[in-house]
Order: sequence, then structure tokens, then C-alpha cells
Amino acid sequence: MATSAVGGVGAVLAAIPFVESWQPSERARALGAPVVIDISKLEPGQMITPTWRKQVIYIVGRKKALVEQLAKSDHDLKDKDSKDSIQPTYAQNEMRSRREDVLVLIGICTHLGCLPKTFFDPGDPVLGASWPGGFRCPCHGSRFDLAGRVFKGSPAPTNLSVPPYSYKNEHTLVIGLDQAPASSGAA
Amino acid sequence: MANDAYPAKPGIWGWINRRLPVDAFMRSQVLEYYAPKNFNFWYFFGSLAMLVLVMQLVTGIFLAMFYKVGENTSFDSVEFIMREVNFGWLLRYLHSTGASAFFLVIYLHMFRGIMYGSYKAPRELLWLFGMIIYLALMAEAFLGYVLPWGNMSFWAATVIINLFGAVPVVGPALVEWIRGDYGIADATLNRFFSLHVVALPLLLLLLVALHLVALHEVGSNNPDGVEIKDKKNAQGIPLDGIPFHPYYTVKDLFGTGVFLTLFSIVVFFTPTFGDLFLEKANFEPADPLSTPDPISPSWYFTPYYAILRSFPDKGAGAVAVLIAVSAFFFLPWLDRSPVKSIRYRGWIYKTFLTLFVLSFLGLMYLGLQPAQGIYVMLSRICCVPYFAFFILMPFYSRWDPVKPVPERVTFHA
Repeated sequence: MATSAVGGVGAVLAAIPFVESWQPSERARALGAPVVIDISKLEPGQMITPTWRKQVIYIVGRKKALVEQLAKSDHDLKDKDSKDSIQPTYAQNEMRSRREDVLVLIGICTHLGCLPKTFFDPGDPVLGASWPGGFRCPCHGSRFDLAGRVFKGSPAPTNLSVPPYSYKNEHTLVIGLDQAPASSGAA
Repeated sequence: MANDAYPAKPGIWGWINRRLPVDAFMRSQVLEYYAPKNFNFWYFFGSLAMLVLVMQLVTGIFLAMFYKVGENTSFDSVEFIMREVNFGWLLRYLHSTGASAFFLVIYLHMFRGIMYGSYKAPRELLWLFGMIIYLALMAEAFLGYVLPWGNMSFWAATVIINLFGAVPVVGPALVEWIRGDYGIADATLNRFFSLHVVALPLLLLLLVALHLVALHEVGSNNPDGVEIKDKKNAQGIPLDGIPFHPYYTVKDLFGTGVFLTLFSIVVFFTPTFGDLFLEKANFEPADPLSTPDPISPSWYFTPYYAILRSFPDKGAGAVAVLIAVSAFFFLPWLDRSPVKSIRYRGWIYKTFLTLFVLSFLGLMYLGLQPAQGIYVMLSRICCVPYFAFFILMPFYSRWDPVKPVPERVTFHA
């Protein structure tokens, strides 16, 4: 009995290295370091898509007029206050961002990980006259507004996640760091 | 181990048999293994599944000689196989068509089992082994689908791995563990290759062996669902049994011929099978920055994919798929009917089975369509008979007005 018990414990312990080998390697972790993005050329209505940790980051220049409309669709959202969604505390607000003119999201549908496509024009012919502008996932039809908040009736359970990010200066964004090192100029 | 009825032969063959029971094994498992004499068309698919398995192993071994796993090499090496390796295109088309053929054959084999009640006592374990083979096969097919590292490969891997994110609490950590990176990456591709060419083929072979041992222990069911072992002659041979060889070896050989003819037509004339066996989007290299639109899995997964999309909630969709797949495991205990075969079942069972098959095929079609409007609505409608078939089975199978089952199998020579 004791022998088999010890043997059983040994077998479980021996499995640990095999299971652990599947974790991201040191190299993969090192490559997951923060990235610095120059957003000086980002115009309202445009989006740039750098990657951070193999994830696509959506950086959207939001038009002021559309930002002001955001609150109008509150009644139609699954998680309007982003209580169940993933974002840093500084992005848990109506805009879901540090600055209202720039939206930063992880561009990965919270349903099953496809890339939501952009449908920034309100009343898009595909999505109907009531569409306020936002994103729609091509895989399973989840819809999100211009703050990445998910509409009711979508299979996605939560709003699009916001990565940790900060501004090094007005035109330089750092993805992956909550607090950019205080300095000016390009990286 | 000489048996009095069968004295060991002299010479080298005798020498071998005194050390390895080749003759005894062949006698008990082939020459004097008695199968019901009334097998019909539906009994081809077990042997055909074996044939496809062997074909996949052989073509897979050769493909692995030319394939170079890695996020920068996989796609190019598949194109290298297609364009520059001698007969590489044939090896690959045999393997890719073989994957679809495997599922076609397995689905027909499973339908046969359901139709004739082959999962019922004493064949529950046989059925369970078969179902585990089906699961292993789905995993094997999914892993293989990722290896060419086309854009569909990449996004299929993304969607399927993210399904594990629906697991409460540990979901996100589990997803990262499976990928081995913060996204689908080289690490993911490498481990999938290892699983696809080593781990799962070994598991499949072991499971098939267990499936066959269990089959030969209890004996085959037949279209009448009558136990042939209940009626034996003086020598203990079932009255309705015939030796597997030569009767069924010849029959299966004929089936093999017909199958290979149809298979060759697909391989040589329409290997992509109208985007069903090989998809256009997968002839583009994997691109983490662009999701193909629309995206759909291989046809053999689309019934479950349509179920997944029917639910406007991630957790519910994942649970529904889990139930849809695992429900088959419980058939031996859900079915309370006193008869096995559809031949002696009543109209209630036949109605439920027909609706189930139609909903399965309907979901298969709908899973290939974009996830919007009418298609989602129809998927939801199809889910009802699909799940009702299993959930209501304990009731309707008991109320079903069954017909009397004959003593012996019906057979018209």
C-alpha cells in the first residue's frame, strides 16, 4: 500500500515537467515585452493595428461626433459599465480609454478569438440604419460599439479587452505598460 | 500448445506455431469466427474504416518525410510537396481526401450502429470504444488541419483553442498552456505536429485494437438485432453464423473495390471537392492580422459548429457542443426499448430517428453558411430535434409500439 501510494505521488510529480513544458517558453515571454507606437499620424476615423504578444492591437482615432453618441446605445449593451470585462482601471469608463479621441483595444473577439472587422460608419448598409458605428466579428456575428462594448444578442460574453497601455508623450503610446517611463521624445 | 483437434504442423511453420499461436489465432478470430449471415450494405463501413486508417498512416508517414514543421516553413513545405516532390500532390490529396472519407465512413458506421441498436447489451463497451475512437479522430483531424499553416488552419486553431477559454476559472490559463504562447504560434504548431503524427495515431491504433477485441468477444450484431449465439448446433456453432473467412473477407473486398473507385474519382478529379475537403482560404499562408470571411470548419465538424453558433452566449454554446457530442456515449442507457433493430421498432422511434438524421444533415449544411439571419434561426430550429432524440429517448423508446422479433435472423439468399 505504502509503496503504491509513494509510487503514485512520484508518477504525479514526474508528470509536472511534461505539463510545464507546454507553458510559454522563456523566449516567448521575452518577446512579449512592451511595444512603443507612434500615433502622430493617426487621423480620426483611422485605425492602426500593431501587435503585442501575438495579439492584434486596435488603435482607433475616434471622431468626436461619434464619441458623443456612445451613451445612446447604453440600453442595448451587455456590459455597459464594463464590470465583467477585462481592462485596466483607467480604461473602465464610458470611453473605455485614457483619452477620448484614441481607443486602444485588443482586437480579438472575446467569443472565440477572431478579428472583428471595422464598420465605423453609422447606419452601415450591412448592419442597418440603427448601427452607431463599431466592429462586427465575421466568425460568429458579435457586434461591438466604438468603445469595444458588446451589443446584446452577440455570442461574445464580454466587451473587447483593453491591454495595459500608457502615453509616453502626446504622440507616443506604449502597449504593455501601465506607467510609461517619464521622458519625452521618440523611443 | 498443440490442440488435439488441430495437431501442430511439421517443419518451420510448426516450429513457429509452437512458439507463437499464429494458426490458433487465425482459427479463432477469422476461420472459425462466426458472423451473422444476414449482413447487408451497412456492414461494409467497419472494414472500410480500417482501410482508411491504414491509408492515412501510410500516406501520413510519407508526407512527414517532406513536411517541415515551423511557422516559417510549414506552408512552404506543403507547397513544395504539391509542386516539386515526385507524386507529392498524390500523397497529399490521398491524405486530405482520406480525412474526409474517414469521417464519411465513420458517420455511416455510427448510423448503422444506431439504426440496428448495436450499442445495446451486450455491446455497450464496444460502442464506448467506438465513440472514444470518434473523439480521437476528431482531435486527429483538427490537429492535421492546422499543420499546412494556411490562413484557415490558423483561424481554426484560434477558434477551437479559445473554446477551452469557456472553462470556468482556469479557462484563460488553460488556453495559454495549450498554445504555449500569447497567441497561436510556432510552439502551438510544433506540439500539434507531435500529437498528430505520434500520440494520436498510437492512441487510435490501441483503441481500434480494443474495439476489435470487444467485438470478437460479444460477436457482431446484425440487421435483425437477433443474438445468433442463442441458437447453436451440436458443435456449438451458431445456426445463423458463417465463418468470417472466406464469406466476409470476400464481401469486404468487394466493398473495398467500390470504395476505392469512388475515392479515386475524388482524388483525381475533384480533390478540393468544391471547397469542402480543402478550402480556398487555406491556400493563403497563415495571417494573424486577417480573419478569413466567412470562416467555417471542415464539413465533418459543421453540425457541432452550427450548434455552437446557435447560442448567443459563449458558455452555453460550448456546453451545448459538449452535450451534442457526448450524448452518443449514453445511448446504451438512454434506449429503453426491448428491441434492437429499427426493423421491429414502431413509428415513434422511426420518427425521432428520421428527424435526428435530418437535423444532423441540416446543421451540417447550416454550419457551412455565414452566421447571420435565417441561417442562425434555422440552426436553432434544428437543435430541437437533435437534442430531443437523446433527451426524450428514455420515454419514447419505452412507449414505442414495437413489433415481435423473430427467433432467427431473416435471410433471403
